[in-house]
Amino acid sequence: MQKPNSYRSGPDDQGHFGIYGGRYVAETLMPLILELEEAYRSAKDDPAFAAEMDGFMRDFVGRPSPLYFAERMSEHFGGAQIWFKREELNHTGAHKINNCIGQILLARRMGKKRIIAETGAGQHGVATATVAARFGLPCVIYMGEVDIERQRPNVFRMKLLGAEVVAVKSGSRTLKDALNEALRDWVTNVEDTFYIIGTAAGPHPYPELVRDFQSVIGREAKAQMMQRLGRLPDTLVACIGGGSNAIGLFHPFLDDEGVELVAVEAAGRGIETGEHAASIAAGRPGVLHGNRTYLLQDDDGQIVEAHSISAGLDYPGIGPEHAWLNDIGRARYVPATDEEALEAFQLCSRLEGIIPALESCHALAEVAKMAPKLPKEHIILVNLSGRGDKDIFTVAEALGVSL
Amino acid sequence: MKQTRIDRRFAELAAAKRAGLVTFTMAGDPDPETSFRILQGLPAAGADLIELGMPFTDPMADGPAIQAAGLRALDAGMTLRKTLEMVRRFRKQDDTTPLILMGYYNPVYSYGVPAFLDDAAAAGVDGLIIVDLPSEEDPELCLPAMEKNINFIRLATPTTDDARLPAVLNNASGFVYYVSFTGITGAAALDTQAVGEAVTRLKRHTQLPIAVGFGIKTPEQAAAVARHADAAVVGSALIARLADAPDRDTAISAVLDLVKALADGVRNARRDG
Repeated sequence: MQKPNSYRSGPDDQGHFGIYGGRYVAETLMPLILELEEAYRSAKDDPAFAAEMDGFMRDFVGRPSPLYFAERMSEHFGGAQIWFKREELNHTGAHKINNCIGQILLARRMGKKRIIAETGAGQHGVATATVAARFGLPCVIYMGEVDIERQRPNVFRMKLLGAEVVAVKSGSRTLKDALNEALRDWVTNVEDTFYIIGTAAGPHPYPELVRDFQSVIGREAKAQMMQRLGRLPDTLVACIGGGSNAIGLFHPFLDDEGVELVAVEAAGRGIETGEHAASIAAGRPGVLHGNRTYLLQDDDGQIVEAHSISAGLDYPGIGPEHAWLNDIGRARYVPATDEEALEAFQLCSRLEGIIPALESCHALAEVAKMAPKLPKEHIILVNLSGRGDKDIFTVAEALGVSL
Repeated sequence: MKQTRIDRRFAELAAAKRAGLVTFTMAGDPDPETSFRILQGLPAAGADLIELGMPFTDPMADGPAIQAAGLRALDAGMTLRKTLEMVRRFRKQDDTTPLILMGYYNPVYSYGVPAFLDDAAAAGVDGLIIVDLPSEEDPELCLPAMEKNINFIRLATPTTDDARLPAVLNNASGFVYYVSFTGITGAAALDTQAVGEAVTRLKRHTQLPIAVGFGIKTPEQAAAVARHADAAVVGSALIARLADAPDRDTAISAVLDLVKALADGVRNARRDG
């Protein structure tokens, strides 16, 4: 494959990153997606939109999020320096709010009156319910029945924030089915509804706009690294389900070719067991939820259910820009199992006094593998994308502790 | 493109001065043999054109009835290859009734577009309706299908405004499928007046026949649509009959009985203009 002049120029006019991306939606939604694209283009060029966004990011979300040296974890592994980008300190406890602020400001600009969203772990649902409350818009969150069971604290949070949480009983009753149900709502309520997609996937322009709203992570990290250490990190590590925290961290660094990019997929009970969510490691290109990307599917092109202990990674696909970055070799996609994530969960809690989200623990699990083998000068920057309070029931159960 | 069975059938319907009935059932629902027996019985029961669903795990534009039908079919071991085999078997006994495969893109993409089109053409498929391929993605399947003389049926919806219609109709052939409301299959009630206005609007933009679907459940509704459109499409209502039946034989007769009643409704409807 020919090397592009810049890795940051995608997508093209049709929403493609290489062969990935696109707009594979029902005709009913097509005019809405074109309208969204136009609205986004005009917002992007409007300094007033950027100023409004910056204001909410500072005063409501609490940005910039700190850059933190994980000293005891670095000592523990005895190799590379480990730094965290503390996205878990954002309002609502994860990176998801960055994108929600951007999309709800866009929704208001477009005069939309009703907000819908899908959620897996509930972090995006909570973030969406939060911004909907802040701007006084009614909000419906679609969540798989299975996820509702394992993320009860977040379900209650969403309700407190005034959102209606709809239990999705179709298919595997997890994130992919919540997305199907949100699309069914959108196709029904085309006039007044804005769909806040939570990850850098879906039909164009969603992968682009979610990436842009999340890129604040990488832009801040870059500036903070330069200010603190006078240099860029050597390796960036982020967990990946759909891939919004990973692309948010990676994108501003894509053209800094000395910076290695590592994204960690959920290997669940192990790739070999078939019970995982590693679409790059074990999937192949297909079309689902509006875009072409790597998907877990059988020989007949039927979508296979994903598995991960972390509800936020439990999705059989991945954002299209990641599919492309994988194929051209700019980023590396590696797996981490449930067990490895659980180990990282406990280690980080004890060593750093930070309880990380199970999603982010996949990134930490990869750090545990690479850090000991690297020299002290090597700087690893991990996206600590969310906090783990929501996961305590799941973790307790996995560890055989009754609460 | 050369004339397809779809073109010939609509020409016959126009000559007979009546609208047609289009039925939708899911290949493999509730099992491959039962669904074949239903398919086999459709022309005699009065189906003028047949849409056969290709089951998919994630049917984003479908309501609960068709979602469940797809999952029943997949649970019974249905695959795209077996769906094509079912069409081939059907063609041995019926060489005139148009057959259109309807579904989502991923199983076709997974099969491989060139191989799929070769096998579909050889099996006797006349048209394709792929819900998640809007005109923006025409190079994927629409253009290659036209080269194989398979009609790629366009969906037009209430959100497809006059500015967008020309793009949607650009590579249309066979007929245009008008989705009568914004929503999923089997949902809202039918507004026949709005349907009449929509068909009139579409006719200003295309010479192709217009079939109207989504929300038609009864012979009366089918007749009401037939007064405006060139064909009425019924799917969820047939599938609900099948799902409610206590056993396979009853399911077959229940579906075919409803097709007969719908066909009577359509045939007796007085056409406007």
